[in-house]
Amino acid sequence: MSSLAATVQNIFDEPGCAKNGSKSEAERKNGCTKQLQPGSAAGGCAFDGAKIALQPFTDVAHLVHGPIACEGNSWDNRGAASSGANLWRTAFTTDLSETDIVFGGEKRLCRAIKEIIDKCDPPAIFVYQTCIPAMIGDDINAVCKAASQRLAKPVIPINSPGFVGSKNLGNKLAGEALLEYVIGTQEPDYTTPYDINLIGEYNLSGELWQVKPLLDELGIRILACISGDGKYREVASSHRARAAMLVCSKSMINVARKMEQRYGIPFFEGSFYGIQDSSESLRQLARLLVERGAPTDLLGRTEAVIAREEAWAWAAIEPYKPRFEGKKALLITGGVKSWSVVAALQEAGLELVGTSVKKSTRKDKERIKELMGQDAHMIEDMTPREMYKMLKDAKADIMLSGGKSQFVALKAAMPWLDINQERCHAYMGYVGMVKLVEEIDKSLSSPMWEQLRRPAPWEALAKAMEQMQSSAAAIACDPALAETARRARKICVCNTVDLGTIEDAIYAHGLRSVAAVREHTNAVGGCCQRRIEGILLSAPPAMRQAAE
Amino acid sequence: MAIVTAQTKACAVNPLKMSQPIGGAFAFMGLRGAMPLLHGSQGCTSFGLTLFVRHFKEAVPLQTTAMSEVATVLGGYENLEQAILNIYNRTKPKIIGICSTGVTETNGDDVDAYLKLIRSNHPQLAKLPLVYVSTPDFKGAFQDGWEKAVARIVEVLVEGSNADGLRDPSKVNVLPGSHLTPGDLDELRVILEDFGLCPSFLPDLAGSLDGHIPDEFTPTTIGGIGVDEIASMGRAGWTIAIGAQMQRAAEVMQGKTGVPFRVFERLCGLCPNDEFMTFLSEISGRPIPLKYRRQRSQLADAMLDAHFHIGGRKVAIGAEPDLLFDLSGMLHDMGAQVTAAVTTTQSGVIERIKTKEVLIGDLEDLEGLAKTKHCDLLITHSHGRQAAARLKVPFYRTGFPMFDRLGAGHQLSVGYRGTRNLIFDIANLVIAHREENDQPTPDKWRTAAGLPRYSGYRSPIGAAEGSIA
Repeated sequence: MSSLAATVQNIFDEPGCAKNGSKSEAERKNGCTKQLQPGSAAGGCAFDGAKIALQPFTDVAHLVHGPIACEGNSWDNRGAASSGANLWRTAFTTDLSETDIVFGGEKRLCRAIKEIIDKCDPPAIFVYQTCIPAMIGDDINAVCKAASQRLAKPVIPINSPGFVGSKNLGNKLAGEALLEYVIGTQEPDYTTPYDINLIGEYNLSGELWQVKPLLDELGIRILACISGDGKYREVASSHRARAAMLVCSKSMINVARKMEQRYGIPFFEGSFYGIQDSSESLRQLARLLVERGAPTDLLGRTEAVIAREEAWAWAAIEPYKPRFEGKKALLITGGVKSWSVVAALQEAGLELVGTSVKKSTRKDKERIKELMGQDAHMIEDMTPREMYKMLKDAKADIMLSGGKSQFVALKAAMPWLDINQERCHAYMGYVGMVKLVEEIDKSLSSPMWEQLRRPAPWEALAKAMEQMQSSAAAIACDPALAETARRARKICVCNTVDLGTIEDAIYAHGLRSVAAVREHTNAVGGCCQRRIEGILLSAPPAMRQAAE
Repeated sequence: MAIVTAQTKACAVNPLKMSQPIGGAFAFMGLRGAMPLLHGSQGCTSFGLTLFVRHFKEAVPLQTTAMSEVATVLGGYENLEQAILNIYNRTKPKIIGICSTGVTETNGDDVDAYLKLIRSNHPQLAKLPLVYVSTPDFKGAFQDGWEKAVARIVEVLVEGSNADGLRDPSKVNVLPGSHLTPGDLDELRVILEDFGLCPSFLPDLAGSLDGHIPDEFTPTTIGGIGVDEIASMGRAGWTIAIGAQMQRAAEVMQGKTGVPFRVFERLCGLCPNDEFMTFLSEISGRPIPLKYRRQRSQLADAMLDAHFHIGGRKVAIGAEPDLLFDLSGMLHDMGAQVTAAVTTTQSGVIERIKTKEVLIGDLEDLEGLAKTKHCDLLITHSHGRQAAARLKVPFYRTGFPMFDRLGAGHQLSVGYRGTRNLIFDIANLVIAHREENDQPTPDKWRTAAGLPRYSGYRSPIGAAEGSIA
C-alpha cells in the first residue's frame, strides 16, 4: 500500500496524459495542480472531486469521514441518475465532534461502518477521508481493512483529504482507489465479444441513456460504466471488458491507462457531445471491438446506424438555421466540450464568438482552430466582470457555461444555458445535440428579453422632467429668453402658427377681428378661432392702440 | 416542557445540519460591499457557495484562503494575508468577514494575532474593517455560526455610546435570526415604517439576496447594511431581536451602547404578532395602523378556514432551533400535534417547544419518527423530499437550503400577513395531497383480518377523510 503522497506523485506521472508527456522530468515532478491563489480561488477540493467521481455508483454506501461541513453542506447536489438502486442518494457521515478531534475518530468510523451494514447491507462501502481526520491522524486504510475482514464486506478507503489539491486531483485519487481495491476483484457472470467499459461518464441527467439504445441496437454491452448508473459488482468485474472508451480524460485517464496496462483493455478518448463526435466514438468502439476479435459485420452495422442517426439529427437542426442567423454564442466550458459542441452549433447557424480553453489540452486547441479558424477567440481565463461586460455590450447573444457563471449572464439580462454538471437537460448523443439546439432557441427567442432590456419608463420621464426644469430655470433668469419662449408658443392644437406671428400681424396691421388675423397669417384652421379672439382681447394696450 | 435528547449513533444519515462557518459567512452577506472569507481548504468554501447559489439563485460572494496540505502544517498566516490582499486589490470590498473552519481550528491558527500582524505589515488596510469569527466545523451548526458572527459584528463595528448619550427614539435596530428570509425582512421593514420608525437591519439580507438586478456588476455583496450605518446603531431608541439566537447580539449591543432590547422569539402566529404590534405602538407612541387591524382580522379568518385541514395533523418537523420553535408554535396554535421534532443544535428554546420530545439528530431520525408515529405532514428543508416520497405524506419546504423550488428568498412567515400566507400554503398542500391520494373507495374502510386497527386521533394514512372539508 502506498502513502497518499506517493499516490499523488504517481498520478502526476501519467504517461497517458499528453500535457504531462510534453513536460521535462523536473517539471513533471512538480505535478500539474496549479498553486491555488488564496482570495481568488474557485472550485472544489480533492474530497469534492473524489465524491463526484464515485458517487454515481448507485448501490454503494458513501460514507464521509469528517465534520458536518464536508457532507452536510454538500449532499444531494448532483443530478446523476440511477436505473435501479437509490442508496447513493443517502448521505452518510461520521459528523465528527470536538471530542472525536481530541481522541481520534477511528472508533467512530468503525461503528459507523457497522451501523451502515446493519441498516442497509450494501454490496460495498466507500469511505472518504477528509481534511480533519487526516490531520489528527485517523488511519482510514487500516480501519477499512479491519472492517472488511471482520464484516466480510468490501470497505474501500478513498484517501482524498480536501487540502491535498483540486477537484481534478480528487477525481484521480478516486480512480486510484478503484484500481487498488475494486477492479478485478470479482468475475462477471458471462462475457461477450462486445463488452466495453465507459470510463469517466457520470450519467448526469440520465445522459448515458441517450446513447445506450444505440449501443444496445449494435449489440454492444456496457460491462461497466465508471461511474454513471454503475453498480459495485460491475466495476469489480470490469477487467473482463474487450475495449474501453474514456469519456472524460481529465478525471479518469489513470484508470483507463492502468486498465490497459494490467488487463490489456485498449481504450480511446471519445465524446458523445456533438453529432460528429458521437459518430466518431461509435466508429472507434466498433473498430476496437473488431480488433479484439468481434465479428467484422459490426463495422458495417455501426456505419448504418451512424448514417441513419446523422441524417435525422442534421435534418432536425436544419429548421433552426434561419432563426439563429446573426446570433452569436459564447462558450465557457472545459475539456472536449470546448470544441465538440462547436461543430453542431455552427451547423445550426450560430456564430461562436469565443470558447474557453482553460481546461483544454493542446489537441483540444488544435481542434478548435480547425473548426473556428486560425484566429479563433480562445479564452484562457475570463473574470466575471469581463464576462458581464461582454454580454452587457451584446458582443454575444447567449452564453453557454456552468452554473457558477449563470448569474453573470442573467444579471446582464442575457440568455444563458447550463451545459455543465448541474444542468437539468441531457445533451448527449444525437438526440441530446438536437435538444441542445432546441434549448438555445427557446432561450434566445423568449419574448421576455425585449421587455427586460427596456429601461423602466420613469427613467425616460425623469430625464425629460429634469430637462424641462433646467430650461424653465434658464428662462426665469433671462427676460429676453422668456419673451422668445412666450412668442414661440403655438397658439392651438393644430400647431401651425405661433403666438409671435399673430401678435406681429396685429401690431403691424392694426387688426381687430379674427377674420382679419386669419387673412394676414396662416392661422386658418378651425380650432384657432377662439384662441385668436382671446389674443385680440388680451393684447397689450400698445398693440390695441396701434390697431385703433 | 419538551424532553431534549441527542442522537448517539456513530453515523449521521441524511444530515439536517449544516456547518457553522457557512452560517457565519451568511451573516456577512447581509452587509453592503462585503466579502465573506472562509479560512480553510478550498472545498469548505465551494460547498457553501454551491449551497447558497442553489438556494437563492443569485451570485454569491464567498472566498477561501485555499489552505493546502503544506500550509495546514505550517500555519495559515501567509494564506490569510494573501487572501486579504488579493480580495482588497481585486474587489475593493467595504468589509471582509473571516470565518475559521475545522481545518484551521484543528491546527490552531491564531487568526486574531494574524490580523494584527497583517494590519501592521500593510498600512493600506488601516481603514478596511476585518471582522473575524471563530466557527469550527466540528461544533454547533449553521444557526450558531450566524449567531456568533452577528454578535461579533456588533462588538467590532458598532461605536460605543457618545458622550451626551443622546438617542433618536425613532431609530430602531433589528437583529433578525438566520431563519428569516429576505422577504420576511422586507415585511418587517414595512411594518416598522408604518409606525413611523426608522429601522436598521443587521444583517440585512433583504438588500443583498432578495433577487434584484443591480445596475452594475459587483464582485462583493450587492446590498445590505453599510458599515457606517452599523457604526451608528448605538444611537437607536430600541433593539428588536428576532429569534432566541439573537439574544446574545442584543446583549452585546446593550452592553456597548446602552440601547435597551426586546427579544421576540416568534413572529409567526396571531399572539406573537399581537405582542409585536403592541410593542411597536408603545415605543412609537402611535396607534396600530388601520392596515394591520384589517390584516389581523384576515389572519383570524384564515385560521378559521384552515383549522379544518391543519388541525389534528400529526406533524414531523426538522429545522434549526429557532425556526422549529417558531413553526411548531404556530402549528400548535392551529391544533396540529407536533409529533416528531428534530433539530440540529442545542438552544434555550428547544425545551419550550410545544411537543413531548425534541431530538438533536438527522433526517433519518426524523423519517423514522414520522413513520412510527404515523405523521401525516412533513416540514423541513429540501433534503427532506426523499423522506417525504418514501413516507407518502405531503411535504412543506421551509428553511435553508431550499434548492428544488423557486422563490426561497421570498417565502414569508412573519407578521399577520406572512402568517396568513403560510397557513394557506400549508393547508392547500394538505388539501391537494388528499385530493390526489385519498379518494375514498369501498375498500378504504376494510381492514385485513387479523391486523389491528390503528386508533389515533386521525385515521392512518390512506384512509378517507373527505368528510372534513
